[in-house]
Amino acid sequence: MKTTLARLGGVYLLPVAIGIFTLFLIPTSTWLTLTIAGLAMGMMIFLMASGLSLIFGLMDVLNFGHSAFVSFGAFIAASVLAALSSWVSGGSAALNIAALLLAVAAATTFGAAAGWFFERVVVKPVYKDHLRQILVTMGALIVAEQLILAIWGGVPIAVPRPAVLEGSILIGNVAIETYRVFAFLLGLAVYVAMYLVLRRTRIGLLIRAGVENREMVEALGFRIDRLFIGVFMAGSALAAMGGAMWAGYQALITPTLGAEMMILVFIVVIIGGLGSIEGSLLGAIMVGLTANYVAFLMPKMALASNMILMMAILLWRPYGLKPAVQK
Amino acid sequence: MSAGGSALRLDDVHTDLGQHRILHGVSLDVPEGGVHVLLGRNGAGKTTTLRTIMGLWRARSGAIVFRHHDITAMATPDIARLGIAYVPENMGIFGGLTVEENMRLASNDGSFDKGRLDRIFALFPAMQKFWDKPAHALSGGQKQMLAISRAIIERRDLILIDEPTKGLAPSIIRAMIDAFREIAKETTILLVEQNFLFARSLGATVAVIDDGRIVHTGPMAELAADEALQTRLLSLSLEAHQ
Ligand SMILES: Nc1ncnc2c1ncn2[C@@H]1O[C@H](COP(=O)(O)OP(=O)(O)OP(=O)(O)O)[C@@H](O)[C@H]1O
Ligand SMILES: [Mg+2]
Repeated sequence: MKTTLARLGGVYLLPVAIGIFTLFLIPTSTWLTLTIAGLAMGMMIFLMASGLSLIFGLMDVLNFGHSAFVSFGAFIAASVLAALSSWVSGGSAALNIAALLLAVAAATTFGAAAGWFFERVVVKPVYKDHLRQILVTMGALIVAEQLILAIWGGVPIAVPRPAVLEGSILIGNVAIETYRVFAFLLGLAVYVAMYLVLRRTRIGLLIRAGVENREMVEALGFRIDRLFIGVFMAGSALAAMGGAMWAGYQALITPTLGAEMMILVFIVVIIGGLGSIEGSLLGAIMVGLTANYVAFLMPKMALASNMILMMAILLWRPYGLKPAVQK
Repeated sequence: MSAGGSALRLDDVHTDLGQHRILHGVSLDVPEGGVHVLLGRNGAGKTTTLRTIMGLWRARSGAIVFRHHDITAMATPDIARLGIAYVPENMGIFGGLTVEENMRLASNDGSFDKGRLDRIFALFPAMQKFWDKPAHALSGGQKQMLAISRAIIERRDLILIDEPTKGLAPSIIRAMIDAFREIAKETTILLVEQNFLFARSLGATVAVIDDGRIVHTGPMAELAADEALQTRLLSLSLEAHQ
């Protein structure tokens, strides 16, 4: 029984099980819409969570400032889209897409650069000291949030969405929002790219080894701190990319966007297991689906449902579903 | 001691861990070539000595010289790149990586020298058999073989090995003895052991550490021949292996 399940995909069956279970509770066309929304949301959360998971896995660094990259990514993307408003609202699909890609690229580039700065100035002095990591990164988060308030003000900002991604694709009587499909595909592309880097390159091999045993990687002659700064920059860039995509999804953003997403991001990292992008993807999809199904079935339970999901999984698998290090 | 210079010299090395003073002036001369043994009972400071050499823990005072390099304050990766391999007590295997990936990490440019690989497969056939299997699936003895294979996938000048026989069956220990003799033809080995029989069959020289100090150094043959000295130096825990 157990081995049959494992052969069919093991824990990867969990999101499928959630989907099949809710199919009995929700009318099919609504269910399809919710499923697409859940997958898209899951992919955006995956962008935010995967970097954090690797950062913790590789260096044991608890970065509570991670959500600042999400927020900054969202606001930078919103500003770029606003600046390119003629492209965004114009009739040319190519310009529409170009505007969105530019916005996402600007956010991602900022994330990488800010990640470099953050690692050198904030995180590096407190390697190996969890308590100070929490204090220092929390402090940096407050500074970053104040910066956002100072630059963009405290009022919610409307995010112009490219016209071509504004509508829906109709399949039968099911309307699928184009933006959700786009977000899903972008997240999937990032996952595949990360997977290939981790599995097929020497840098990836070093990262996977470092997540398991930093000391041994150093004893084999590699500077783990150089590896870590790269991972930190990539993780911050992805968080900003996730924030940018989320901004387009929400259409209205506030400076607390990052902090709000962070609850789900931490749940994903914990459910997935530290240091593994497979775990992050699995956790993110489950959280995205659960959030959408429950929001429809029992709106008041939306956030609580993910907390319950996390607790149930931790009772069953204390290290998460796919931890990088086998205990 | 054997002819030639020393591969590694420790001079009055003191190491603290937190509040505790662990090494109280370790002086050690590891001659070039062959197997040299650091013996000592549980908690004597053997692992601490190796970790201090590798820069994983810092000497508070004293000097560690490898060939002509003062490595006392060097970073671990730089020490490794000078040509020192380290096989830690817990073996340091990456369980999520395959046998091949574990070895690939230790090769200088990520590729393998066919001749060396064949010699490793001859020493440890299990490595070939489990080549593309995840290392966490290996048995304890096979993990130890992998840890040693990883240390010799490139020619190193010095290999530090921490208690490789711990928990291994006698038949595997015999295979290890053959392997170490082979490896010692091209490399200097500093072997930390508690198993005196194993140490005796390999070591050219021996140093005995107790309570963070070296209490005896000399040729292995001398210690092997002198039962009274053995009894005096090596505690009950060592006799238990005999
Ligand atoms: N991280 C640490 N912090 C404080 N003390 C430590 C630490 N690690 C080891 N010690 C102490 O240092 C002393 C030497 O330990 P070490 O591991 O070097 O001994 P050993 O000779 O390798 O013993 P064994 O044969 O059991 O491996 C012991 O008394 C041990 O309790
Ligand atoms: Mg030890």
